[in-house]
This record gives sequence, structure tokens and C-alpha cells, in this order.
Amino acid sequence: MKTIKLIIDGKTAEVPENTTLLKAAKTVGIDIPTLCYFELKDMNIENRPGGCRVCVVEVKGRRNLAPACNTMVAEGMEVYTHNIRVLNARRTVLELILSDHPAECLTCAKSGSCELQSMAQQLGVREIPYQGEQSKYRKDTSPAIIRDVDKCIMCRRCEMMCNDVQTVGALNAVNRGFMAVVAPAFEMNLEKSPCTYCGQCVSVCPTGALTEVDHSRNVINALADPAKTVVVQTAPAVRAALGEEFGLAPGTLVTGKMVAALRRLGFDYVFDTDFAADLTIMEEGTELLDRLTRYLKGDKDVKLPILTSCCPGWVNFFEHNFPEMREIPSTAKSPQQMFGPIAKEYFAKKLGINRKNMIVVSIMPCLAKKYECQRDEFKVDGDPDVNFSLSTRELAHLIKASNIDFSSLPEDDFDNPLGESTGASVIFGTTGGVIEAACRTAYELYTGKKLEKVDFKELRGLENVRHATIDFDGLPINIGIAHGLGNARKLLEDIRDGKSQFHAIEIMACPGGCIGGGGQPYHHGDSEVIKLRASALYREDAGKPIRKSHENPFILELYKDFLGKPCGEKSHHLLHTHYFDKSAGVFVEE
Amino acid sequence: MARQIRIALRNCGVIDPERIEDYISRDGYMALATVLTELSPEAVIEILKKSGLRGRGGGGFPAGLKWEITRKVQADQKYVVCNADEGDPGAFMDRSILEGDPHAVLEAMTINGYCTGASKGLIYIRAEYPLAVERLKTAMKQSREMGLLGNNILQTGFNFDIDIRYGAGAFVCGEETALIHSMEGLRGEPTVKPPFPSVEGYLKKPTNVNNVETFANVPVIINKGWEWFASIGTEKSKGTKVFALAGKINNVGLVEVPMGTTLREVIYEIGGGIQGGKEFKAAQTGGPSGGCLTKKHLDTPIDYDNLIAAGSMMGSGGLIVMDEDDCMVAIAKFYLGFTVEESCGKCSPCRIGNKRLFELLEKITQGNGTMEDIDKLRNLSTVIKDTSLCGLGQSSPNPVLSTIENFIGEYHEHVKDKKCRSKVCKSMMQYLVVPEKCIGCTLCARNCPVNAISGERKQVHLIDQEKCIKCGACMEKCKFNAIIIN
Repeated sequence: MKTIKLIIDGKTAEVPENTTLLKAAKTVGIDIPTLCYFELKDMNIENRPGGCRVCVVEVKGRRNLAPACNTMVAEGMEVYTHNIRVLNARRTVLELILSDHPAECLTCAKSGSCELQSMAQQLGVREIPYQGEQSKYRKDTSPAIIRDVDKCIMCRRCEMMCNDVQTVGALNAVNRGFMAVVAPAFEMNLEKSPCTYCGQCVSVCPTGALTEVDHSRNVINALADPAKTVVVQTAPAVRAALGEEFGLAPGTLVTGKMVAALRRLGFDYVFDTDFAADLTIMEEGTELLDRLTRYLKGDKDVKLPILTSCCPGWVNFFEHNFPEMREIPSTAKSPQQMFGPIAKEYFAKKLGINRKNMIVVSIMPCLAKKYECQRDEFKVDGDPDVNFSLSTRELAHLIKASNIDFSSLPEDDFDNPLGESTGASVIFGTTGGVIEAACRTAYELYTGKKLEKVDFKELRGLENVRHATIDFDGLPINIGIAHGLGNARKLLEDIRDGKSQFHAIEIMACPGGCIGGGGQPYHHGDSEVIKLRASALYREDAGKPIRKSHENPFILELYKDFLGKPCGEKSHHLLHTHYFDKSAGVFVEE
Repeated sequence: MARQIRIALRNCGVIDPERIEDYISRDGYMALATVLTELSPEAVIEILKKSGLRGRGGGGFPAGLKWEITRKVQADQKYVVCNADEGDPGAFMDRSILEGDPHAVLEAMTINGYCTGASKGLIYIRAEYPLAVERLKTAMKQSREMGLLGNNILQTGFNFDIDIRYGAGAFVCGEETALIHSMEGLRGEPTVKPPFPSVEGYLKKPTNVNNVETFANVPVIINKGWEWFASIGTEKSKGTKVFALAGKINNVGLVEVPMGTTLREVIYEIGGGIQGGKEFKAAQTGGPSGGCLTKKHLDTPIDYDNLIAAGSMMGSGGLIVMDEDDCMVAIAKFYLGFTVEESCGKCSPCRIGNKRLFELLEKITQGNGTMEDIDKLRNLSTVIKDTSLCGLGQSSPNPVLSTIENFIGEYHEHVKDKKCRSKVCKSMMQYLVVPEKCIGCTLCARNCPVNAISGERKQVHLIDQEKCIKCGACMEKCKFNAIIIN
């Protein structure tokens, strides 16, 4: 590739052609501020509409200032990133943005993580000289996400995520000029749109325009109610990210401290969604083997490939976009929703309490889980199997608000029986993990042999769509993996067109899987954070004494004691679900 | 009208636009025949480059160069786009050409297709131009029937066809990247250039975008030769320009004059002078994103470069004349009002900055402005021009900057003296009773819609300034000229 030589603030930079001024400047130690620009490196995710104009620089010979994020280097270019013209323009542009932004920092959910706030800080804005009318929009609250678009700065990151990455198409720029804003079509409520609640818009929003619905108040009330037994379950990806909220390095595992914190918050039982993940593998793995065996026997009606169903954003996606294919995914509920009925139908009975007096709280890296636990089919006489789902961020706030010094907490263990888990369940939190866990179990159940090499490295990584063939003792099993709904769409279209060669496909709605979920601490576009979280989970897996779901002693006991056998009658009733055609659910009012 | 030379408008009003025979009888499609049978694409581009034809849509980019760039890009499919999204208030030259001489545009687009290697042409036209659309459709049908459009044009083996795309009348969609996105079914908003459409345009393919008037010049240049065309106009601006005369001028309408004609000639010789014999104050060129020219510019030859030097621009050729009754602060506010409405909202300086400019101007015209506000106008205008993403924002502050430059006195009067000399900014006006003249007839009080006037019969009356809504009814009714505006 051709190398381009240019001068930035008097320093000579040599970079490959087609490099942006922004990246070229970084190579010579110049950090040009950006606001709308967003990149998740190595994950093919980039937003550079050139809209905010905060990153403008002077290019000698050009009439106007140029956006560094969107201007390519050229041989001999002379660039100035902080002369008086640039500094004045940058500051004025920021003052303009702030002049149309509610100054609600004290009570804003995003305060402390807001990129607009830190930019105002960085540029030392102390007053806003250009005062005037501020845009006013209706606040939109959905089951999982709140849109407070008075705070929208039109960076279009959410739009890029929703359209280009997720191909959901719920959010788009509407209106013109001063009234322009990102919203669902016809400014409908998000609930009426094809939104999957994956929360990727929330995870990239630089301000408080998109945030999660906060359920921590409901949890505090439940904890304070002496009549309630409050049980908590924690998803695998949470332990790999929660520490970031307390200043720990990304990738720090805080499983023990998290358990200790939850216990101090007053939960009666601190359980693990990982336990339910092992259960998921038992059910889903059995279902896979059943379909596979029937297929190999020549049954033409059997639906293959089987698709994982543990990701609620993904479930929403195919219910909206591919309802005609809703027989293909596994009927196994997600771990969160398997945990619910086990807690309320099995554990509550063991304790001798009515299910209505048990409150199940889940801590999730996810916002779609908030919607999932509110689904009607996951309720018994109006009582939800899982009452409230909190995001990793909400848990962090709860801990901080409860005067708990996180870093000095001891390492506690989960309660039993629903707290014991295997390494297989831990890696559910990263893309490829579910299918790897399923392979560990399915291999042994299918072949009857002991799996020597537990790590399926070929299933790991961050490429958008991956595939691998696993040798089941002479039977080649073709596995597909997609993370991000846009990638999932490609695999689904292949299946629809009869082009898919896979036996089983794992799909996660969020880029990176749950570790990159919409409820996780903000990564601010640093893909290293996501990678470190993934390696933390693989580390935890490697350190576990038991690494296959079907060897979890408490799972075996649960089947013996209560469920019978995987995909048996009781399991079918409690642990499996069915899907709906929601394509007609999206409509235009009036 | 003697100073006019009609090239782009040569057939308008002369031929029946619904009869292709009329067009052909005036050398129509002769240029296409010459091009297809005698000239190589390179030769045609060379003619165009030597003619000095520059884009008539606003930017003034050399047309031949644009064609050449599009030609040189390798691609399996290229497009020719005619920009007929005429959006400047008061400008209607494109509409007149399309309604009066649609074949000229079709012929030129086909020539462009031959030169650039495109087989498909698209006309992006606002849906508010139904007659132009109708005439275009008729013309396309006729030329297809005669083998002048479609497959194997004039039996030369060259294939080219044209389709129409409708715009919803958004001003910003005249910007070529926004226009292309609109045609693709996306939100009509611009993207950063480069890549320029000539390299990556409609459906990511090389796309040559020219304005209606630019195209209308092309067949004549081929027929009469580049030397002839280049002999008209100034050194760097060749040929003619169509202007839409409007405002306080006696003859309003379209005029086509050689580049280099002075403003004085246009206004006084062609335009017949200012209405009511009043004094010329300024002329806005370049539409809402242009600037105003004043008395000192009356004898400046009008061409691309002189207009830019004068703080304005050619734009698409709107020319709005203002007289002593026009308040320049209010004029600036009027144009900003337009840009605020028409900004697409993509980049912050244009979306928020123009709104703030408008609010500052509103504050000043309401008599609440400060000297600091004028400084803010200056800084904000400079930054918006410097940082906006597309031509709309890069030029929208021009009316503010050029009125500040040329009429700073009026700004100072509004701010310091709370006075609008043209009596346009009503908030600052006071209707006053002249005690010496008032005889106390009560007529004004009886006609005041808000009962703001008090006074006994045969006593001097008084207008309550708090209540007065400045409707002027009292002044109109008073038979003794006892009410004046302060």
C-alpha cells in the first residue's frame, strides 16, 4: 500500500493512503476531539457522518475547515489542528450543541459517562453565549429503553447501529433543520416499531438521549418487604464487566465480590444464571441431538439447522423479520427464563413458600431481558417467573447507593442449589460460547465417549460470521456463528433460500455477544474492552473444575429430583416456549 | 431588452414544446447527430472545455472538466443526472427551460451519456413542477419514437435512456450528494465530499450531475462551436446567464444576458428601473445563500468571480432588487428564516447555528439587540461558513455577513437608537400623536382595535405604547396628519 507523507501541526506523519486525518494525527501524538465519530475496531463498526463538526481542522489551501474524521490524507498536506481559527470554530460548534441541550447533568442518567459532558469539560466551556430556543420532544418509554431525545445531538450513532449493524431499522433521522432528530418512523413510540430492545443504540449514545428503563427502585422495594423472599441470578457476562464501574481494569473478574455485594444488598439467595445456562445446554443439546438423529435417519420434516434461542434480542428479531421461520430455533427458553420457573416452581416449593411471595431478580448485561421477563407467556396467573431484570450498570449504581465499598469486599460463593455452574455455562457470555458449551455436551451424549479436548478454539473469535466443522467421532457437524443482528440476517436469508449448510447456528444480537450487551458498562468505542471481557470469561471457564454442563451435579440432581429427563414432559412445560409472528405488530397509528 | 442574448432560453416561447418537429426545425438534435457520427467523446469534452462553460446551478465548476472526470472513472455502469430541483425562492429559469424547451435538456443529457460512458439518465425534478414533468414525458416519448432516445440512437449503436425522479421540494436536495441520496430513496441529506459524484454517485456509480441551464447550453455550443461561445462573456465566465428578476423592479421575469453585464444594465436598461422611481438600495444575488450588492457594485460586471469577490455568489441566478423601503436587517432575517426551514439538520453548525443567527436577528429587529449581538452574528456566521458540511451551511450566513458589511449603519441604528429607518421593523416603531395637529376628533380612538388611544373630545389624544399593536389604523384614519411614526 502507498505511504502518504503529510505535516500535522508541524510534525511529519507517514501513514498508508486512505487513512483519515484523525487517525494520521494519532500516529504523531495528536488527539483531535470527536463527538459523532465512533469506531469499534476489528468489528467492522464505524460511524463517521461528519455531522458534529467538532473534529474540524485547517488544511492549507482548502477554503473551509475539514472534518478530521472524514477527510483522507493526501501527499504533502499541511494540517493545523489547534490554531486560532480551528480552536474558535471547535469551541463555537460545541457551544452551539450545548445551547440546544438541556443542562440537566445533575439528574441525568448518563452523568459521569456522557461524552458531551466530558467534551465541555475538556474544552473548558464555562458559559454558553448562544442561548435560544431548545428543541422539545415527547419522552418515549418502552419496556426496556427510554428515549429522551431533547438530549439527542444528532450524532447518528444509534441510527448506524440500528440500521447498518443490526439491520433492525427502528431508528432513523426524521424532520429537518432544527427539528431534526433520530426517532422511529412517524415519530411513533419505540414499542410500536420493529425495535428488538438489543440496546446497542443505548450502548453507543454519547449523551442521555437513550438510556435503559431503571428498575432498581422496584428491587429496593422488594428487598425492603419482609413478606418477600428475594432471589437474584447473575448472567455470565456481568462478572467480566461489573468491575469497570468501580475503576477496575477491563477484563477483571469480580465474581466473588459481586456475590458478596448482592448478599449485602439483602438478597435472600444469590444464585447464578450460569446454573440455568447448564440447564439450557441439557435441553437445547438434547433437542439438537434429537433433530440430528431424526435427520440422519431420513426424516425430511426435521428442521435443521437448529438455532440457539437464549438471546431475547435475537428472538424479537426473528419474530419481527422472519416469522415464517419461527419453527427453526430451539424451543428452549433463555437461561434467565429457565431460572425463573425453577426458582418459583421448584426452589420455592422446597422452601415451602408461595411463588407469589418469591421475587426473582436477574442481573443482566442486556436490555432485551427487561422486555423478555415481561412477556405474557412467562407469567403464571399474572405473576412473572422473573420479576425484574437489572442491567450491569443498574447493579453498579445500586451497590454505590448502598454504601458498599466494592473493592474491599471479600470473595463470596454463590448459594446452592441454583448457584453451582460449570465452565461451559460461563462462556455463554461471549459469542461462540453457547455453541461451544453445547458441543461439549452433545459430543459426549452422541458418541458416548469422553471429550478429551474441551476447548473448541475454532469457535472463538470476533469475526462477524464464523463457521467450523466439529468432528463428532466421524460425523462432521457444521456450526455457524453470528453476532450482531445484521450478520444473523445473512445466515437466516441463506436458510430461507435453502443455501445453508449448517446443522446448528449460534446467534447473539449484540456485537461480541453478551459481553458487548446493551446493559454493560459503556465501552465508548474501545473494542479492546470487549476482547478483555471475553478473555476473562474463557479464563474463568479454564479454571473451573467441571467444564461440561451435563456433569453439573446439581443439574443432575434437579433432573432426578424434579424434572425427569431433558426435553421430557416437565421440562417441556417449564423450560420450553414457542414464538410469535410479530411482523404485523408493527403498524402505523391513524 | 436589446442587451439580451438567448442561448439557454433560445427556444422558450418560440417553439411549441410539445412538438419535436418544432425543436428539430431550429437545429434540434443536430448536435447529437454530429456528436454521435463525427466526434469522439474526447473531442466533445475538449470542445466543452474550450468553450469555458461553467455549471449554472451555483458552484460554477467547469462543465467540461466534470464530464472528463466522470469519463475517466472505470465502472460497469455510469449515470447522467439532470438537477432540476430548483429551490431558490423566486427563481424559475429551470422550470421555464423544461416547460419551454424540454428537448434541449434531453439532447444534452444524451450527449453527456455518450461522452461519459453512461447509458442511463435521470432527471431529478420537484414534484411541484407538474407542467414541466408533463412536457418532459411528452418529449421523451417523441424522441424515443424518432430513435433519438433509447436503443441504437440514430442507428449508431449508442444506447441511452432517461427516467424521471421526483423530489419533494427540499432546498437541500439541490446539493448534488443530497440529491443522489434522495433518488436512492434515502433521507435527502448531503455527505462529505470527496468522493464526488463523478467518482462515486448514484448507487455508488460514477454520476455526472449538471443543472438544467448548463445542459441547455450544450447543444448550441456543439452547433455553433466553442469559439463562438467563448467570445461571449468575460475572461473566466463565458456565455450568458439567465437571471430571475424580482423585487422592486419594473420588469420582473427572466432575462438572459452575457456574463459581464453590469448590475446597472440589468436593473435600469433591462429591468426598467426601480418601481415608483424610488432609489436603488441593494440587490440580492445567489438566492438565500447569496449576498447583497449595493450602489457601489452597480457598475461591476456580473460574473462568477466578481460576485464572490463582492461577498455574494452567482447561485442559480435569482436577482432580487431592493429599494429604500427595505430594511436590510429584516432582509437578512428573512433569508435566514428560509435557511432555518431548509437545513437538513445533519451538521450542528447549520442545524443550530442558523437558528441562533435567526434568533439574534429577531432580537435586533425587535429592538432588543446589543452591540455584542452584532459581534456574535459576525463570529457565528464565520464559523457556520467555515465548518458546515455542505454548500447550504457554507453559504447560509452570507446575507448576514454582506448586510453587516454593507449596511452596518442600519444594524447600529437598530441596536443603539432602536430605530428602523425603513420602518419595516414594527416592534421598534412608535405611533405618536402630534399635539399641535390633533383637534380631538376621536376618530383614531374609535378605530383603534385594542383601545390604546385615550383622550376627551376636543382634547389632544394619547396613544398607550404598552397597548399599541402598531397596526397603523389610527394613522390611516386621521384626517389631520396628526399621527406620525417615530
